Amino acid sequence: MSENADRISFASRIRQMLLSPTVGPFIALLVASLFFTTQTDRFLSGSNISLIFQQSGWIAVLAIGQTLIILTAGIDLSNGAVMTLGSVFMVSLAVNNGVNPYLAILIGLLITVGFGLLNGLLVTQLRLPPFIVTLGTLNVAFALTLIYTVETVVAPTELAFFGQTFKIGGTTITYGTVAMLILFLVIWFILRETAFGRHIYAIGNNPEAARLTGIRTDRLLIAVYSLAGLIYGFAGLLLIGRTGVGDPYAGQTANLDSITAVVLGGTSLFGGRGNVLGTLVGSLIVGVFRNGLQLMGIPSIFQVLITGILVILAVSVDQLSQRNKG
Amino acid sequence: MFSNRVKKFALVTAVILGVLANFGIQTPLKAQSPILIGLITKTETNPFFVKMREGAQSVADKLGAKLITASGKFDTDNDSQVTAIENMISAGVKGILLVPANSKAIVPSIKKARDAGVLVIALDTPPDPVDSADALFATDNFKAGQLIGQYAKTAFGDKKATIATLDLLPGISVSELRRNGFFDGFGIKKDDPSIVCSGDSEGNQTKGQTVMENCLTKSPDINLVYTLNEPAAAGAYAALDKAGKVKDVMIVSVDGGCTPGVEYVISGKIAATSQQYPLKMAALGVEAVVKFAQDGTKPSGYTDTGVTLLSVKPLNGIVSQGAVFGVQNCWGTPTDGELDAAMKADAAAGIQPPTPEATMAATMAATTAP
Repeated sequence: MSENADRISFASRIRQMLLSPTVGPFIALLVASLFFTTQTDRFLSGSNISLIFQQSGWIAVLAIGQTLIILTAGIDLSNGAVMTLGSVFMVSLAVNNGVNPYLAILIGLLITVGFGLLNGLLVTQLRLPPFIVTLGTLNVAFALTLIYTVETVVAPTELAFFGQTFKIGGTTITYGTVAMLILFLVIWFILRETAFGRHIYAIGNNPEAARLTGIRTDRLLIAVYSLAGLIYGFAGLLLIGRTGVGDPYAGQTANLDSITAVVLGGTSLFGGRGNVLGTLVGSLIVGVFRNGLQLMGIPSIFQVLITGILVILAVSVDQLSQRNKG
Repeated sequence: MFSNRVKKFALVTAVILGVLANFGIQTPLKAQSPILIGLITKTETNPFFVKMREGAQSVADKLGAKLITASGKFDTDNDSQVTAIENMISAGVKGILLVPANSKAIVPSIKKARDAGVLVIALDTPPDPVDSADALFATDNFKAGQLIGQYAKTAFGDKKATIATLDLLPGISVSELRRNGFFDGFGIKKDDPSIVCSGDSEGNQTKGQTVMENCLTKSPDINLVYTLNEPAAAGAYAALDKAGKVKDVMIVSVDGGCTPGVEYVISGKIAATSQQYPLKMAALGVEAVVKFAQDGTKPSGYTDTGVTLLSVKPLNGIVSQGAVFGVQNCWGTPTDGELDAAMKADAAAGIQPPTPEATMAATMAATTAP
């Protein structure tokens, strides 16, 4: 009997997954990939696919934090600047101040968590809109970065760990890609299977109802923003691994790029609906178009054009599906 | 959860993309592939890079090579350039022409490309270290600054100068070389007390105007303004104009774009500017990659693509060209009537029309093919 119940719930889970808003983006990703495969014989190779994952990785990780915040019906404009501040501190402390590299990483992560915490406190305690709060902290973090240093510093190997590679059947894969995928799975699990995760959706759907059911919404929001901050620090480490340097000018459009990935992944900007795996797909869609068009010899400005159109499509789909429901 | 409308929508999208894909199958892009050349600039928007791309495109067309291009989303966008290099290696380019957005951060990617057998030529901006690329085709930015510094020194003579500088952003080598060259040409050190105000214009007119307004508030007696490029100079001029000070202040600049650059030189708003040649950098670059693809010859070291001082107020002891030369060799598109205005300005200043040799020297590379 219980075995049977398990099977039913497994089947219903499959059905639920097929019907989830992730499927549309996933189909778009497959169709785009198929299209590029027919256009250039260089697209579908292990090394090129690995490349697309490397190129999309750090934005995808930023977009994980962004997804958590958007699910609560918030938004984070500061994530790229916070990531850059954290990563520049990590590298410069280790190289210029002789701080132990692992301690430097820890300090960098504390900085990004600190900014997340600050965002969360301002949003909950002063009841300020997340858009304005994070617009403020975006500027603060950007300025602090350039006040601290304008110098691009080459990172020591401990800090560039995620850029190192291993091979599976001739395809070179970075540890950063693996770490990124693991993080997606962890957050996916948390959102799906834990009370904390379900409460995030509840707040995004209806904060008042969530509060009345006994969810401590302020504490939860502060936790979400802080966790997002930690994830941004992790994205900073990925970026260091990718470029091998701490670059104070990096990531200036990363906030909007991460929002693009979230929206393309089918998560609703109105909160409460969406899925972090969709965000991975959304990041990959951008990466696939950028890579594929480049391989076809089409100027990169067309990738920007197509991304813009896709964003509008994705939001329209979300809007239409809601209207039909209501 | 999925409404009918959404399903229909997804279906239509899939069909359209499917048709596109089919179209691709029928016309494979495989037969006799031409030499592939990549060009990566800092942004898509700056006319300097637009011109560079046009120059590269026309030479590539002439030599039967295929040019693929990419750029960053903002001036210091390293990651987009890293991504573009990786994609271009994947696409199978023979060579990459690159204007580094971040001189240091791009080095590992340059190495990756060279390890893959791709020729990498830096244009306009040197990577750091400079020998990380195969070759550098660029303006001597220090000299560009020196020329306008010497011009200003000669014009000022013994008169006391009070100087404002409008720079790009901290830590960007092109900006610092020009500025240091200007100080050197003017015969001062960078901490000289005559330098009363410095600000980051980010090379654009709006920010340039703001910086200049603030500088004038700080030191109303400024009488010499150095700007790293002409959009910043145009901003400085607007601020000076508003303050009613254009008569008392000399602006010198670098770039030599058609507008606002040469346009402002013609009208005397910019006293002198150092003109550089992005078309030539790109043209030389494309030629070098084609040659490398044909017989394996690699260029090396630094090729100075030249710089010319332009002014309609020529000074004794300073070699300069006039407005007509400026218009004939500027990058970008001259405005209607700009050449006529230049002829008038030159005639008024008693400047002879440019010799064919001088014009040749500036445009040679763009017009000759191997």
